[in-house]
Amino acid sequence: MDWINIIVQGILIGGLYALFAAGLSLIFGVMRLVNIAHGDLIVLAAFLGLTVTASIGIHPLTALLIVVPIMAMVGYALQYLLLNRTMGDDILPPLLVTFGLSVIIQNALLEVYSADPQKLQSGPLETASISIGSINIGVLPLLMFVVAIAVIGGLQWLFYKTAIGRAFRATSDNADIAQLMGLNKAHVFGLAMALSLSVVAIAGIFLGMRTAFDPASGPARLIFGFEAVIIGGLGNLWGTLIGGVILGVAQGIGAKINPGWQLLAGHCAFLLVLAIRPKGLFPRVEH
Amino acid sequence: MPMLNTQGLTGHYGDFQALFGLDITVGKNESVSLIGANGAGKTTTMRAIAGLLSSPAHMIQWKEQSIGNLRADQVAKLGIAMVPEGRQLFPSLSVEENLKIGAQSARSGPWKLNSVYELFPMLTEHRHKPSTSLSGGQQQMVAIGRALMSNPEIILFDEISLGLAPIVIKQIYTALPEIVRDGTSALIVEQDIKKALQYTDRFYCLSEGRVTLNGDSANADQHDIVQAYFGN
Repeated sequence: MDWINIIVQGILIGGLYALFAAGLSLIFGVMRLVNIAHGDLIVLAAFLGLTVTASIGIHPLTALLIVVPIMAMVGYALQYLLLNRTMGDDILPPLLVTFGLSVIIQNALLEVYSADPQKLQSGPLETASISIGSINIGVLPLLMFVVAIAVIGGLQWLFYKTAIGRAFRATSDNADIAQLMGLNKAHVFGLAMALSLSVVAIAGIFLGMRTAFDPASGPARLIFGFEAVIIGGLGNLWGTLIGGVILGVAQGIGAKINPGWQLLAGHCAFLLVLAIRPKGLFPRVEH
Repeated sequence: MPMLNTQGLTGHYGDFQALFGLDITVGKNESVSLIGANGAGKTTTMRAIAGLLSSPAHMIQWKEQSIGNLRADQVAKLGIAMVPEGRQLFPSLSVEENLKIGAQSARSGPWKLNSVYELFPMLTEHRHKPSTSLSGGQQQMVAIGRALMSNPEIILFDEISLGLAPIVIKQIYTALPEIVRDGTSALIVEQDIKKALQYTDRFYCLSEGRVTLNGDSANADQHDIVQAYFGN
């Protein structure tokens, strides 16, 4: 029974990893940009949630209504004013700029919030659980998982069923030709980053509700996100969810064997997939 | 009144100069061909007009407005559409989605999904297939349909028939009068000089980035064109 419990908990935490990964996958898919500051932006969103909940006294989930739009605007501005200037045939300049951004965000957070670990207080939700047989499922992890599915389903719908999704895919295929069709790529890229950071905001709030975070927590979230994307296969959003689940389960099993092996087991699972299926388990089908 | 004209248009790729002061005019309802050898500057001219290559504003005039410095998406919204060389469809979009992207600039006019399917009926059965699953000729029809969806006032066809089977080329040219009507002009780059002269009102022959000959297609002299083609 212990093992079933571990696997169930691993699956649920996989939802959070998928949320870390979805925004990363999205902007890589649309504009081939690898955002090294992604993890730090997640932590930034968590701190933003902290400020909002503390100053207005609302529940972290309610704070999403404020944090998501703010992060979306930050994303659009960041892309439009800064990152668009670095985009070109060479993928190195945007990589370096987001690396610098990562350092700046970490230090700015340290300056404003100090190095103390923080947590978003979510009241009874933190300890609420439901029992199925002999397994106790936390309501919060379950909620995270459901939200992850909803977010990924929503992104999938947006990408394949709406005009803006069509614009994302066309710009991703060939930005010059998309521009000929009247799509301004600077604006389309801005929208993609806004969408990515909206997902980041959700991920950040859930991160803060689930565990303690501090200004240096970002890079580890970036790694989890990367690993989930690679395991699932680049450019496949549902694959990313499965990637997150595999990572979560592997970490749970590792921790069960030896508490020190939690992270190691996740990385090993990632390396194993990379060795056997370098394109991930569910690579996007090329037409 | 000219719809579109270039005034001393120059074009550069880095240090390499591809165009040396081109004056080209396209009137309303007119179809004009650009002919010339490879590297003569035909595609560069098209890219400059479409806004993919930035030029000083005054060098390209659209209805007496300077547009040389506009971005491609801004140019598209003015009613200038391009069918790029090699089709350049969006591979991750279906045929119908490719057509819908063409309507992105939201200009009103006669061209809608239905009218494009009427023009090229064989696209109807492939509408939900990936654009890459089509033959070269069908892809060219999608590329033309995609340009039409913006209800343009002028269409730039870059290498309209390059790499297509003769029967398909015939189909495309048969459709051309249907496309160039109701106040739509066309600027066509065509390798086949005979076809270019047969289907257009006027022509410009380019060589090494300069206009070496121009005139009415109907009165074009074969010998002069051969001379101009090779830059003499």
